[in-house]
Amino acid sequence: MTGALLLAALAASAAAAPADVATGEAVYARCQACHALAYDRTGPRHCGLIGRRAGSVPGYAYSEAMKKSKIVWSAATLDRFLANPTAAVPGTTMGYAGVADAKERAALIAYLADANASAACRR
Amino acid sequence: MSFLTFASLSPRHARRAFLGRSGAMLSATAVALLAGREALAKGTTATEADARILNTALGAELEAIAAYQVGAESGLLQKPVLDLAVTFQGHHKQHADVLAKTVAKLGGKPVAAKAKYAFPVETLKTQADVLRFAATLEKGAVSAYLGAVPLFGDRDLAKAAASILGDEAMHWAILRNALGEAPVPDAFVS
Repeated sequence: MTGALLLAALAASAAAAPADVATGEAVYARCQACHALAYDRTGPRHCGLIGRRAGSVPGYAYSEAMKKSKIVWSAATLDRFLANPTAAVPGTTMGYAGVADAKERAALIAYLADANASAACRR
Repeated sequence: MSFLTFASLSPRHARRAFLGRSGAMLSATAVALLAGREALAKGTTATEADARILNTALGAELEAIAAYQVGAESGLLQKPVLDLAVTFQGHHKQHADVLAKTVAKLGGKPVAAKAKYAFPVETLKTQADVLRFAATLEKGAVSAYLGAVPLFGDRDLAKAAASILGDEAMHWAILRNALGEAPVPDAFVS
């Protein structure tokens, strides 16, 4: 299972075009009131997101809804969640309407996958 | 003071006038929120979900207060930029105070400030670094409130959140201006 997730993460990263990653980085600016790649803030860190079970970053105070969601973050599950977080996980503390544009979501997910190899995430 | 009068002031005086006016605007924000709370007391459309959204916003406001404190104590900010940072921190304190009271009014437990926040202090070497970091947070705050406004069941709370959004957007624009960047880069925010 872990191997499959790793492969999926690598595939997502490898498939991302640089333009998508750059667009995704710009979209990620919307997340930065609450999130950072390498450390927990109002929201949990994003390094290592792809393949991680939702609600599993040690020490971060998740909602019960997120902890019980049984989601494993992949391009598909992220796409569903980011489209409408409060509908995807009712009770989530991420009170955000979502990223409505599918292309923007795809770019954001490409960025998150790519960022996992960044210096910030390797530290 | 009319917009035209404001526009005719020198940059230094305009900044002073802006700071004076922003206090009045934040009072209006507080009034809007409190008006929402009164509506709640009379029979509300607010939900547990509304309180959850406000509590998340409160957490981000508390972090912003701490971030501005790091900036103010860094020794990197020179007057008048330092004064500006302290003023913006004061706005976030006012946001946090009203949000906390509203969460409590709705029956929720307001989140408390963390004992310690993680900030990328190792990357803050100059005044411009601090301003850029603050601008990133303020831009994110604009997006966060923009994403929260449509979710509120209670429209008074949505209006109040939009009022805070406007304040955050002004912070972002002023910080960009201080960095020598176009203060308002686009016609729309996202």
